[in-house]
Amino acid sequence: PRASFPANTKMVQGSFKWHQYQVVGRHLPTDKMPNPTVYRMKVWAEDRVKAESKFWYFLKKLRRVKKANGQILSVNEIFEKRPTTIKNFGVWVRYQSRTGYHNMYREYRDTTLNGAIDQLYHEMGSRHRCRFSCIQIIKTATVPASACKRANTLQFLDSKIRFPLAFKLIRPASRTLKTTFKANRPTTAMF
Amino acid sequence: LDQVVKMPFKRYVEIGRLALVNYGEDYGKLVVISDIVDQTRALVDAPDMTRKIESFRRLTITDLKVDIPRLASKKVLTAKLAEADTFNKFAKSSWGRKLARQEAKSNMSDFDRFKATAAKVKKARSVRKVFNQLKKAAAKK
Repeated sequence: PRASFPANTKMVQGSFKWHQYQVVGRHLPTDKMPNPTVYRMKVWAEDRVKAESKFWYFLKKLRRVKKANGQILSVNEIFEKRPTTIKNFGVWVRYQSRTGYHNMYREYRDTTLNGAIDQLYHEMGSRHRCRFSCIQIIKTATVPASACKRANTLQFLDSKIRFPLAFKLIRPASRTLKTTFKANRPTTAMF
Repeated sequence: LDQVVKMPFKRYVEIGRLALVNYGEDYGKLVVISDIVDQTRALVDAPDMTRKIESFRRLTITDLKVDIPRLASKKVLTAKLAEADTFNKFAKSSWGRKLARQEAKSNMSDFDRFKATAAKVKKARSVRKVFNQLKKAAAKK
């Protein structure tokens, strides 16, 4: 399936745990309903099979159709159009905490939407102990710089951004060159 | 309190800063910071590669900087780099020369190592010869 992309696309898109899929499905045609409405959803899942499963999970909640009486018409992976420019992604999330459901709006800076969603899942896991199955992504959008809300995003929306790296990270150029003992203490001072 | 706080940092992460990749597949590559994603990552670019995200952990920033706009196109970047002759400036710096020396040494063949030893021995011999002559002359006095 990926043969049609140029050679470096996979590297440019990045490797993500959760991929974005467009799943299109409908109720099976019946005598009463020969042309059922076709529904399309964009879901995040680790692979196509899980994407289809997620599709039915949501569609069952929204419409009177389930996997047993429906059919998937197509599943396509969605890739980033311009993976070499940085965008501010706003994500609207509904998540389940230990005490109930809550809505959230979160912002992430990344080059691809998949990268931002990756950040979302990891951050929700760390800050709210919320796992993949408890998170529903309601909506995602590329937010223009003027409309960003979060302080963490706003601080990087500076055309003359400039900051020092406060400490020098000492590490061997590869893990094979790692040694247990060193002759000298490292100096992490950057000045 | 009108104290002017002077930061001791000399090299800043900014758009156009030249950096050396010190870890990973692109190890040893000189890249230019094209844009900054967040506190830990930057979009880096170089004339012969696709623009990609690199973590600051994998970059060592240099003294050199190129005057480019944010997310400069490849054409603009290559032109500005050539105009400022940045890669050559880095190669002429002591850091660049050290890297070149290290690379030359690691690329030496056994014959090159023999030639180096032979030259060292020849030089040491001639120095010692003159030294011994001077020592004998001084001892005679």
